[in-house]
Amino acid sequence: MAYSDKLLDHFKKPKNVGTLDKNQKNVGTGLVGAPECGDVMRLQIEVDETSGLIKDAKFKTFGCGSAIASSSLATEWLKGKTLDEASSIDNMDIVEELELPPVKIHCSVLAEDAIKSAIKDYKSKNAE
Amino acid sequence: MSDKKLIYLDNNATTPVDPRVVEAMLPYFTQHFGNAASRNHPFGWAAEGAIDKAREQIADLIGADPREIIFTSGATEADNLAIKGVAEMYKRKGNHIITLETEHKAVLDTCKKLEKEGCEVTYLKVNRQGLVDLAELEAAIRPTTVLVAIMFANNEIGVVQPMKAISDICVKHQVLFMTDGTQAVGKIPVNVKELGIHLMAFTGHKMYGPKGVGVLYVSRKGPRVKVTSQMDGGGHERGMRSGTLNVPGIVGMGKACELCKQEMEADATRLSKLRDKLETELMKVEEVVFNGHSEYRMPHMTNLSFKHVEGEGLMMTFNQNIALSSGSACTSASLEPSYVLKALGLGDDLAHSSLRISLGRFTTEEDIDFAIKAIREGVNHMRELSPIWEMYQEGIDLDSVEWAEH
Repeated sequence: MAYSDKLLDHFKKPKNVGTLDKNQKNVGTGLVGAPECGDVMRLQIEVDETSGLIKDAKFKTFGCGSAIASSSLATEWLKGKTLDEASSIDNMDIVEELELPPVKIHCSVLAEDAIKSAIKDYKSKNAE
Repeated sequence: MSDKKLIYLDNNATTPVDPRVVEAMLPYFTQHFGNAASRNHPFGWAAEGAIDKAREQIADLIGADPREIIFTSGATEADNLAIKGVAEMYKRKGNHIITLETEHKAVLDTCKKLEKEGCEVTYLKVNRQGLVDLAELEAAIRPTTVLVAIMFANNEIGVVQPMKAISDICVKHQVLFMTDGTQAVGKIPVNVKELGIHLMAFTGHKMYGPKGVGVLYVSRKGPRVKVTSQMDGGGHERGMRSGTLNVPGIVGMGKACELCKQEMEADATRLSKLRDKLETELMKVEEVVFNGHSEYRMPHMTNLSFKHVEGEGLMMTFNQNIALSSGSACTSASLEPSYVLKALGLGDDLAHSSLRISLGRFTTEEDIDFAIKAIREGVNHMRELSPIWEMYQEGIDLDSVEWAEH
């Protein structure tokens, strides 16, 4: 299918590929999807303890072009946000930005799930 | 990949029309454009003569009689005609059909339609290499079985079924044997009489002929088979398939068959060497799985799974330069992974990671060398992005992980 230029850019030059130390207290890790489904996303956030802002985000994805682009975009958007702002990222924002075709919308849903999963993990490690 | 090279390695999907075939077809568009059924003037006679010649060329390739060639719009229509046509014609004998779960959708969907109309269908399983179990086939035959439909060569993994052995079982139990020969005819020797095949569907566009034309071979003698027409209106093709014949298309298919007869052996020898080189080099990559049968298979193709990397994503690393296909769900309109690979007992993850590479008459060694390099680089790039590749490298057993599916 014909992908948008933005999507292709994220695919060819994905942003923030990598791994944070999941054992660090200020790192939240979200791992969603399953190999049998053809989509696995691991999205990690590093939160600045003082400001409460997400200072770094990294991802790795097993999946198609849309899945990789969706998770790459997600990490770009997460940087500099508060956890509340990050929680409000909606999959349709990703669909719009990347012009995902209807058959690929589920990739954006998985990216949203990955964000929420990372936030949940961080919060459970930092529960007051 | 900024190189402008464009390489076609998806010949199982379709093939380019051989320029010699195009040349043969052209006069039948503007010069000899008559309707082959116009019996009373030279335009019709010229068209009819061309059709007769094509019937001979096609029959010659498959070891049949020209009168056993019925023209259709393609293999899908030929499959429909064979299965529905036999079911209707022989309904007094019974309503049971046996086929494989790895058949092309043209066969499976036709069988599903017949089930809704009251037929019973047995979908036999295949083994890990894609082969049917002959004992299971024989055990599945009932007094009400009218047809066994088993494809010659599988379009996804290239496995070739034991056709003579299947035919022997069918003859023993007096059941008709039909095969979808689309992926085999023109590429490997297929002789319907020697193999005991009663009906066979195949199409022009898989053998360097045009799209939109196909054949159903229907045995006339030993046994005499008839099929109830599915397309009515004029009684063409001995009453089995009405409709004005696609003269240029048929001429093209005839020429394509003639060329295949002449060049098939040399093509197969050359292509199997190139395929072997490609396969050997790619299987040197870590964590690659071969899908299919290493011996009973088509000479020009391979199906490999590159673990921990998804197929559509992998193809995107080189699809500006190389055309091939994948069993991944992401590449299918239905968002389901390849049912053929699933039937082999592979996990869905291996289906999502598979590439099907099919060479053709116009594939060069240069193309193969380029493809080897591009695929290896693509796999490495995608593995750098893959969390499950990272987990595999850390020694984590992926089967033991509890995945948070959604």
